[in-house]
Formats: sequence, structure tokens, C-alpha cells
Amino acid sequence: MKPNSVAVVGAAETTQMGRIPDMSVTMLHADAALNAMKDAGLKPSDIDGVACAGESPTNLAYYLGITPKYLDGTGVGGCSFMLHVRHAAAAINEGLCSTVLITHGESGKSRVGVGGFGGGGAGLNAQFEAPYGVAGPPSMFTIPVLRYLKTRGYTREDLARVAVVQREWAALNPRASYKDPLTIDDVMNADMIAYPFTKLMCCLVTDGGGALILTSAERAKDFPQKPVYIMGTGESSETPMVSQMEDFNSSRAFTVSAALAMKEAGIKHSDVDHLMIYDAFAHLPLYGLEDLGFCKPGEAAGFINDRNTAIGGKLPLNTNGGGLSYMHSGMYGMYALQESVRQLRGIAPAQVPGAKISVSHGVGGMFAASGTVIFSNEAP
Amino acid sequence: MPRNAPASTPETKFFWEGAAKGELLLQRCNDCSKPYFPPRPFCPKCGSRSVSVFQASGKGILFSYVINHRPRPDFGKDPHSIAVVELEEGVRMLTNIVGCPQTPEALVLDMPVKVTWEPAGETQLPLFTPA
Repeated sequence: MKPNSVAVVGAAETTQMGRIPDMSVTMLHADAALNAMKDAGLKPSDIDGVACAGESPTNLAYYLGITPKYLDGTGVGGCSFMLHVRHAAAAINEGLCSTVLITHGESGKSRVGVGGFGGGGAGLNAQFEAPYGVAGPPSMFTIPVLRYLKTRGYTREDLARVAVVQREWAALNPRASYKDPLTIDDVMNADMIAYPFTKLMCCLVTDGGGALILTSAERAKDFPQKPVYIMGTGESSETPMVSQMEDFNSSRAFTVSAALAMKEAGIKHSDVDHLMIYDAFAHLPLYGLEDLGFCKPGEAAGFINDRNTAIGGKLPLNTNGGGLSYMHSGMYGMYALQESVRQLRGIAPAQVPGAKISVSHGVGGMFAASGTVIFSNEAP
Repeated sequence: MPRNAPASTPETKFFWEGAAKGELLLQRCNDCSKPYFPPRPFCPKCGSRSVSVFQASGKGILFSYVINHRPRPDFGKDPHSIAVVELEEGVRMLTNIVGCPQTPEALVLDMPVKVTWEPAGETQLPLFTPA
């Protein structure tokens, strides 16, 4: 890092110390955070980066009302906070964010609310979503969609069409899990999972993995493969509880993350040759096209219907077949990145001729978090 | 089928104690006066620790939902709604719509709903029915 370029401006511990039976783990993080903000004369809206260990930065940012541009959940034990400081300094120097909050909280003795938001115990998800029968992503990620369809004037057939078009891409990919052609009727008549979603509007469940290796652009020239450069990046989060999304028609995490990446890359939407939008369910490409700014709100379904995202279209989307047809092992973001790299190396099974810029956009949780990476194959 | 009781934390205890008495309790910031949910002892909009608890009317509209055709083992075998209700006070909460067929025809977006209470251990869960 650059010496002396970043400083600590707020520091505080929890209000009490020792035995604190009246605060959950999450509140211990929040209590320390509120005290540190007071110490610095800042409000939650002044913070744009969150780092913590033992609690998810997505959960903490939501709890405190922060819209982050930088999240660090590095958890390597008791020294995690030293690593958070180092990463935060690099992030501030790089311009990813301006003000990072690093928190710790542990109910080591009283064990109050241990287990976090999502992992059972007494977290907010466990108290305010789980009792109503949510049974994993198919009955959770889909909760905002009926509202979205009504607002936008879309239909269930529009959801089905996302799966149909992506299956056409998958047919070109020998490694895709499903390659047989699909019709709208096939998708509509498949087993109902969680109305309005049938099985074919939901991603696959498969095994697999992926890996990437990064080095400096200067050094990249000496490697055997064609380098794929990172042009722009973005990240954000909104809420670990899908029921608490601010706007059911748009993901705040998507819009913040994508805008950061586009600005950093310094490109226009018309410069993008290839697009990957993490499609755990058929509504995500619709939200993604709108929230990333490729379509105006209400125009994404028509854009897909007009075959703009299909083979030969002007914005090839999810060209590996996506989570709906290629594969989905659980955290699909890695496969979106892999397909972007293949496209820009020029070796994808469904190669987009002459692709120079690819946008890879991912989601974490149920609209909880988001990350965007824009790649280029032209040397800087 | 009896519902499991949610485990509260010190920050949410008031909500579940209110629910036990059939009171739907929300919080409001004393500085920016915005109601918010789920519970926490500070305002998620402005960070103020000065907040009050108040009782909601229990009236709202059906904002969005799914009908889960693969219920969790503790929810029996029949498809059931998992819904978001928007309360008059402006906050939204996850719930189930009960007292009507669990079908798209009976579950119409924006229809008025009102709270009804379902026992869960020592407290009750706020469910909603068509108003």
C-alpha cells in the first residue's frame, strides 16, 4: 500500500464491556459501529464501505442502513481486522470507496443471538422470514416477482421466454447440462415449484467449480494465454431479507454495483459486446437488463422477445446457457466470469464474433448483494 | 400443524411479547419519525438511538407472494402462500395469507388484508386474512 495515505478517524468499543446479556452478536457490532460513527461525527449514510468478521458485511450494512460500495467479509480468525485495515486502505487508495467501517462483536460469554441472521439461531431471517415456511431460494428469491410483473406489465410467459432463449445458447455448448430445445409451453407446463415459477424457470442443481488467476497487466503479456483485462468493477449490497427490499421492481445492489463498474470502465452500454447476468431464476435477466441500464424499466421482456439477447442478437446474454441450462452449483458467479473470459479469449463454444468487452454481473443471496466485473481483451 | 416459536433477541423481545398479546408492534425514529421494521434499537435511516415502539393498525394490502408447491415438512403437504404485506404504516413484512383458497384467483395483489394471530410456542405469529 501507499504509506501514510489512509488514516483512522473514528474508533470506539461497545458501550458496555465484560458481560452484556442484553445485546445480540449483531447488536454488539452495531453498538460499536454507532459509537465509532459518533466519535467521527458521521452518520450511516456517510459510510460507503463495510468490513467485519463473525458477521456478514451484507447483514451489518443492512442493519445499520448503509449502502456500501465496498464489502469485506474476510474471516481468517482473530487477525481478520488487521487484514480488513489493509484491504480498506487499498480500496480507499484505488477509489473504490471513501469511508470504511470495520467492526467486531462477539457474545463470547452470554451467547446471545449467536448464529447470525441467516444461520438459524435468533437472526432476523430466522425470526421474521423462516416462521412463514420459506424453503430455500425457490420460495424466497421469487417473492418480489408478482409485484414486478404487475408493475412492468410483464407476464409469466415473459419469464418462460428467458429460459427458452437461454436453452438455444446451451444447445451450442457441449458442456451444458441441458441442450434439448424448449418451448414456452414446455416451461409453463413444467412442475409448479413456487407460483409463478415452474421448475424450468429455476436454475439447475449440479456439482462443479472454477478458478481464476490474476496478475498485473504488464506481466500478463508474458503468459501463454491471451490476456483478459479488468476494465471496471462494482459491488454493493441491500438486505439479507428479500421481503425487505426497498423496491420490489429493482435491486438497489444491482444498480449501485453496475453503475460503479460502468463508470470505472468509462464505457457506454452500446460498447458492450457480451453480457452475463447471474440467472438463478428466470426473472434475474429481466431485472438485470433494467438495473444495469441496458433496457428502460418495462422494456426488458420486449427486448428478449425481439431476440436481442439470442444468437445473432445485438446483446448476446448468458451465452453458456446460464444457470437455467448450463450448470448451477450454488454460487454460480464463477461460471459467469469463466464465460466472459472464454468469450474475450475467443474460445467460447457459442463464440460472439469479435467480442471485445464483456460485462459479468452477479448476485449474492436473494438480491442481498451484487458484484459486477467488466472485462476487455484489448491491452491498456 | 403447530408453528415453531421464533427465538427472540434482546432487540426483538418487545415485538414477540406484543405478539403474544395480539399487538402488532413497530418502531419509529423520534428524530426523523419514520416507522421501520424489522426491530432494532436505532433508526436504520439516520442512526439515531432515540426510537419509540407503537402499535400498528394491523391493516394493509397484499404486496407480493408466492404459492409454495413444495412445502417445508413442518408446513404439511398442500401448497401455501408466502406473502409480503404492506402495512398502512408503510413497512412491509413477510407472512402467510390464510382464510382463503391458496390460489392466484383468490390471492389478488393490492387486496386489503388484516392481521390475525397464529399461536407459536409462547408467542403468536402475525398472519393476514382478506379484510
